[in-house]
Amino acid sequence: MITIFGVPSAALFGQLLLGLINGSFYAILSLGLAVIFGLLNIINFAHGALYMMGAFVAWMLLNYLGIGYWWALILAPVIVGGVGILIERNYIAPLSFSDQRQSFVLIGATAIGFLVLSFGFSLSATLAFVGAAVIGVAAASIYAWKRPSQSSTVHVDHLYGLLLTFGLALIIQGLFRNQYGVSGLPYGIPPQLAGGQQIRLFDAPIMFMPNYRAWVIVASLIVCLATWFMIEKTKLGAYLRAATENPTLVSAFGVNVPLMITLTYGFGVALAAFAGVLAAPIYSVNPNMGADLIIVVFAVVVIGGMGSILGSIVTGFTLGLVEGFTKVFYPEASSTVIFVIMVLVLLVKPAGLFGRAS
Amino acid sequence: MMRKLGTVIAAALAASCAGAAQAQVSVKLGVLNDMSGLYADISGPGSVVAAQMAVEDFKAAEKGIKAEIVSADHQNKPDTGSTIARRWYDQDGVDVILDVTTSSVALAVSEVTREKNKIFMPSGGGTSDLTGEKCTPNNVHWTYDTWALANGTGAAMTKKGGDSWFFLTADYAFGAALERDTSNAVKKAGGKVLGAVKHPLSAADFSSFLLQAQSSQAKVIGLANAGSDTINAIKQASEFGITQGGQNLAGLLIFSSDVKALGLKAAQGLVLTEAFYWDQNDATRDFSKRFAAKFGGKMPTSAQAGVYSSIIHYLKAVEATKSKDTAVVMAKMKEMPIDDPLFGKGSIRADGRAIHPMYLFEVKKPEESKGEWDLYKLVATIPTEEAFRPIEEGNCPFVKKG
Repeated sequence: MITIFGVPSAALFGQLLLGLINGSFYAILSLGLAVIFGLLNIINFAHGALYMMGAFVAWMLLNYLGIGYWWALILAPVIVGGVGILIERNYIAPLSFSDQRQSFVLIGATAIGFLVLSFGFSLSATLAFVGAAVIGVAAASIYAWKRPSQSSTVHVDHLYGLLLTFGLALIIQGLFRNQYGVSGLPYGIPPQLAGGQQIRLFDAPIMFMPNYRAWVIVASLIVCLATWFMIEKTKLGAYLRAATENPTLVSAFGVNVPLMITLTYGFGVALAAFAGVLAAPIYSVNPNMGADLIIVVFAVVVIGGMGSILGSIVTGFTLGLVEGFTKVFYPEASSTVIFVIMVLVLLVKPAGLFGRAS
Repeated sequence: MMRKLGTVIAAALAASCAGAAQAQVSVKLGVLNDMSGLYADISGPGSVVAAQMAVEDFKAAEKGIKAEIVSADHQNKPDTGSTIARRWYDQDGVDVILDVTTSSVALAVSEVTREKNKIFMPSGGGTSDLTGEKCTPNNVHWTYDTWALANGTGAAMTKKGGDSWFFLTADYAFGAALERDTSNAVKKAGGKVLGAVKHPLSAADFSSFLLQAQSSQAKVIGLANAGSDTINAIKQASEFGITQGGQNLAGLLIFSSDVKALGLKAAQGLVLTEAFYWDQNDATRDFSKRFAAKFGGKMPTSAQAGVYSSIIHYLKAVEATKSKDTAVVMAKMKEMPIDDPLFGKGSIRADGRAIHPMYLFEVKKPEESKGEWDLYKLVATIPTEEAFRPIEEGNCPFVKKG
């Protein structure tokens, strides 16, 4: 058998396939980040927490409502996307409002709700906090309902969005940790995809490929290409891209830019939740699963070029492959190799491989 | 947390008030562990419940001992842990600190305890250094240690025919120590180690490492890691059909709460060593059912049971000596044999190691399990004299001198 640097080529091929699977997760997650950054100019640090939430929602659907994997694949992104929309409307958008009354309503209602729920009804701190957040968001939404949505009048730095979403991520993780502990929850592979195939190349067995992993590659490729097509090739995508370039001009043409931004954020978040559901049967479903992954995904986004759709897809898959290689030849470095590449890319092309220098 | 702490103190006080007339010694027991992070399910608030049960079951108040329990979260940070320990010893009058998960924090608390000349009884903390090179005359290490786990699983599996090993090792000091100890046990039992792959801490994907382990053709894949790394590795091993293919997985640091989190479908066939399992005999079942009734239906882990037993043993020594002087109580604890409903018969050695039998378990198949918590079947009992590292191999400084 042919060997490459002492590793049989068949084994190497298997490892590359595995790298591609990890790459699919990087691709979907960094795609969501790229869409959000491209349109909202927000570095969404809550992405990892929302990915984790997607996996947890799938678990909840199964254990509380008896809804299985396939429905969860649709429902969890919708539910988490909905949460994302509420987050954008009530927390992120007001960052750039000149009138902060909506935020005062939000804070006031949340605080009162928390006091009432935790002392009046003596709920546990976690439940009281979640309840209070719901009350706060509901009150702020009712307040904002009939008022015309304000477009951004104050230009804010990326840093504020980053800090805000980072704080939200910590809160979301903390709530799940309090409620479900840290050891994680079991979530099985759907029966239709159980088992696997022995892959052979010229009659030499390469590896045992679980059906579920093959499905992960297919599903993520479909989702990535569909997103790319929608943004780069359709009229809606053209509006989105135009709104990124010049929101004032686009809204002068009668396009509701704030609504479009909110929906975009919801969509980006839904992508994260979709990845979460895909991950639930193979990774441990625990509150820290997103925090561990998100740093790598950010490196992927930076290498691909902030905001570049195609860049994030291609870099996601490529870096999965690179990581796969490293795991064979020098496993100790497998968690650092992506960051080494990030440093090299930033030195040579500061805007990223696919980014445009602004 | 404050509310829970309040009830614990109130319960302990109420218990002690009943016998206040004859109370002669009052002791304060501090349960210090990870209340919210990585190891909270292994010890955490459950250990406080176990401590409270120990005081009640011992009927401390009737025996003239006023026992009070306090608890705190060390957040897995050695500096936080030693700060709390100092405050407890200096200001709050705590006599004993118990549990202390996370080896690095346990070592820090051990130093503070020696400096203040109090008593430290770790249960959740695992490093065998506590009774080895870093031993102190103030430590009683209760439930298990890394040597016992490595030896139990390594030697027992090798003797059962699993005589070739491949390790998946977390790439830091703890993983390396676990791999080293297990390798030694495997070689001593006549097995051989075919290789090892070091994976980064908190790796989500283990498939690549598992394939390397698979192609090594080793009969046993040893998981020298902990927490979510172990869980992910086991989950993915089942996905890639590794156990079905005839290779066995050996968890080197895994608790019943981890197995519960994995589910039997993914964890079946896993072999592991523990000091305690709730469904061993009538005494453990009785304790565990009462524990579960107080703790949301969760069965106790071995770390939590260890907190219970170590408090009982301590209180027995206090009762016998009518004193809480560290030297007097330590001498009595080491002199008295352990006869414990949960851990069986044993004793405490000069180096502070509490010895008792350890058990090799195999995780049941889903169809063998009769209930939500029916997780293990017993494979072998490791007798007391073989379960722990021989005292002369530990290089405990003050034992050598003596």
